[in-house]
Amino acid sequence: MGRTLTFKIFRYNPTKLNDKPHVEAYRLEEIPRLNVFTALNMIREQQAPDLMFDFVCRAGICGSCAMVINGRPTLACRTLTADLPETIELFPLPFFKLLGDLSVDTGVWFREMGERLESWVHNHKEFDPQAIEERMDNETAIKIYNSERCIECGCCIAGCATAQVYPDFIGAAGLNRIGRFLFDPRDERGDQEWFELVSTDEGIFGCIGMMACDDVCPKDLPLLEVFAYIRRKVSGIAIKK
Amino acid sequence: MRIINSDVLVIGAGLAGERTAIACAKRGLDVTILSLVPPRRSHSSAAQGGMQAALANTVMGEGDTPTVHWLDTVKGSDWGCDQEVARIFADNAPIAMREMAHFGVPWNRVKGGKQQVFIKGKKAEIEEDFANEGLITSRAFGGTAKWRTCYTADGTGHTVLYTMDNMVLQLGIPVHDRMEALRLIHKDNRCIGAIVRSLRDGEIMAYIAKATVIATGGYGRIYGESTNAVINEGTGSWLALQTGVVPLGNMEAVQVHPTGIVPTDILITEGCRGDGGLLLDVDEYRFMPDYEPEKMELASRDVVSRRMKEHMLKGKGVQSAYGEHLWLDLRQLGEHHLTTKLREVYDICMYFIGVNPITELVPVRPTQHYSMGGIRVNKDGQAYNMEGLFALGEVACWDMHGFNRLGGNSLAETVVAGMVVGKQVAAFANKAELNVEVTLAEEAADLERKKMDRLMNGDGQENVYALRDEIGRILTKYVHIFRTGEGLQTAVNELKIIVDRTKNVKVRTSAPGMNPELSIALRIEGMAKQAYVIAKGALDRTESRGAHSREDYPARDDKNWLNRTLVRWAEGEPDPVFDYEPVGLLDLPPGDRGYGGGHMIDMDISVDEYNKQVDPGQTTNGRLQPAEPTGTKLPKEAWRAKLEGKE
Repeated sequence: MGRTLTFKIFRYNPTKLNDKPHVEAYRLEEIPRLNVFTALNMIREQQAPDLMFDFVCRAGICGSCAMVINGRPTLACRTLTADLPETIELFPLPFFKLLGDLSVDTGVWFREMGERLESWVHNHKEFDPQAIEERMDNETAIKIYNSERCIECGCCIAGCATAQVYPDFIGAAGLNRIGRFLFDPRDERGDQEWFELVSTDEGIFGCIGMMACDDVCPKDLPLLEVFAYIRRKVSGIAIKK
Repeated sequence: MRIINSDVLVIGAGLAGERTAIACAKRGLDVTILSLVPPRRSHSSAAQGGMQAALANTVMGEGDTPTVHWLDTVKGSDWGCDQEVARIFADNAPIAMREMAHFGVPWNRVKGGKQQVFIKGKKAEIEEDFANEGLITSRAFGGTAKWRTCYTADGTGHTVLYTMDNMVLQLGIPVHDRMEALRLIHKDNRCIGAIVRSLRDGEIMAYIAKATVIATGGYGRIYGESTNAVINEGTGSWLALQTGVVPLGNMEAVQVHPTGIVPTDILITEGCRGDGGLLLDVDEYRFMPDYEPEKMELASRDVVSRRMKEHMLKGKGVQSAYGEHLWLDLRQLGEHHLTTKLREVYDICMYFIGVNPITELVPVRPTQHYSMGGIRVNKDGQAYNMEGLFALGEVACWDMHGFNRLGGNSLAETVVAGMVVGKQVAAFANKAELNVEVTLAEEAADLERKKMDRLMNGDGQENVYALRDEIGRILTKYVHIFRTGEGLQTAVNELKIIVDRTKNVKVRTSAPGMNPELSIALRIEGMAKQAYVIAKGALDRTESRGAHSREDYPARDDKNWLNRTLVRWAEGEPDPVFDYEPVGLLDLPPGDRGYGGGHMIDMDISVDEYNKQVDPGQTTNGRLQPAEPTGTKLPKEAWRAKLEGKE
């Protein structure tokens, strides 16, 4: 304790005439259990009233606050300064549209990804309010849940080499989303539909297997397992053809 | 000024707002949703534990019915709820859970055969019926007679919100995110939309609609120390209060959750205690059975929070650099349970406070969590005194929670109210005609522009963050678990001064765009005024009911206070106006909750006499006529058959 921290923060307000991207430094006395959420709010309230960043739940659940902290994409709310050196560099996530300073537009990207992948259960049955629910075994429910846990923070996309050079790549978050529906017996999409959706360079074949996504995913999603499943599924369909 | 027209404008993209939007879009209406944040970041996503619905699939839910659920809810509310609304909720909850399963929620399911569980804190074995294998299962929660809470591990809000938002995608409903509604556009008690500020570039726009729906969640952040997300600053309830004609109901009914972690105030789900977690004191002694021999750790939240505070006042708290706390002991649940069914809790403990719940005790204390009060609406979700305005979810006082909400009932409320109220919104919008009065919108926008100009260029001296901190400090100190006349009077006096000081806020930056300081400065008047009405409502209510616990008036007073507080505050007026109305039809007569202790002052009129006052008492206060008369959804004395084993 007793450290004086220096936060070097990327600053740029695109709505401000003639503003240029630059880095500004702010000094802050470290307090016990300080995390980057609290630190950024202290900096904004005491030193930089125009500083833009995004937090919502501040509990590692909502996925709003991903940023690059000392070179690594991660959730700011659950990053403790005690785990970092005295100089802390904060940059917005690359790849996503910059809204200002540390705030990026992950929301619109994920929405478009969801539309592209038709991220909903494709099921032609009408809901019958009088009927009991269709059965599902608990293991299947847990398998779906394990992929459904993605919080759309964007760390995997920011850390992905393919996405940086090939912006149409759906990335780990997109592939994981496909996995979530592939695992779901309620989804009636057939082999052909899955094949067209995923057996492309924007899909599973865009992945070159460096797996930075797996390193940086703050929710420890089973990405390796999901990608392997999708590859097997696609190869299986191809062989049948 | 840009004007965006739709049939239905939904403000808030959490579960309640999105379910309403879906109900309207499915009925052919053109819907626009506004949200402060991308919809999947809404605070619904942080709900962990689950949703109550009487499905009775698990052996521990055997014999459960909507009537039993309703009984638990009415008792939980300390008879402060509208019993008909609680009935509408309990009857529809099973349908809503099954519908969410149909939409895609991966609910945890019943596994047949013998299972190891915890009952009242002790290891036990139950045997699930193989006939129910694969149906939606449930866990125990506080204040319930049965295991009734449906869940997906401890990420229930997340999965239900993601599924709901998938439906919004499928239906192609536009969501305009990073948008904040600042003011309703209304005239002659008819609402036609809202003035909205973009949090991307600061643009001011008008959204015009036949029906406007507020679903913005609670006002927990006004307390400063809260489990709530940082966006829960009461922006939606402020929209209603600001009209001067729409009342807020029971604002003093504020829930303090037993287990926020220390420090950071992040919520640890009630599911932890439901699954077998225990509360321990400084001596690592399990104290709850001494206070509540029947329900133990699983009494209602108001009662558990009070017992914890009581125990700490006896010197049994644990002292720490972050203040006094108690322990939550999850060790007996074991590694597998904690890293699967309570995985988010495990992550929160590990990442935020460096505590491993598999081997260590978790520091917890009662923390502000939920707003039972809010925009007062009738059973169809229509705001009092304002045609074309609806509200639902935490922002509303519908009012199924009365003075204490049961765990698992609010997340379920969002989707049930979305179904029920959504249908009424659609019916209204399908019939309604709308003359777009551009001048009215311009006038409303001008008021906000003037306010912004004053905040940016006025000669005020006040710092908005300092005022926000003051408000939180006052509420947390005086309007919390235990309240006294003296403390509340102090709070009222101090908050009155703060309300005045908000007029002199000066924003320190002229940065264009979203300007974060301007954004909070635009909210501070609403936060201060709501804090004031919370404290004043609590001061005037000289009884103890549910979460409102007065040391100087410890009895629940059904003779004088079996009513709902209503408050209106016209713009420019120095003081708000308080009124009271009957809580609604009584079917289950007021009685003992079965936990919590305390005594009661009985009603001095009969239930029939009370019930005769309901319609006139509510109509006088501006209740609009619902589609069906009062009482149609409240089967008379259905509970009697249940209690006598005939249902």
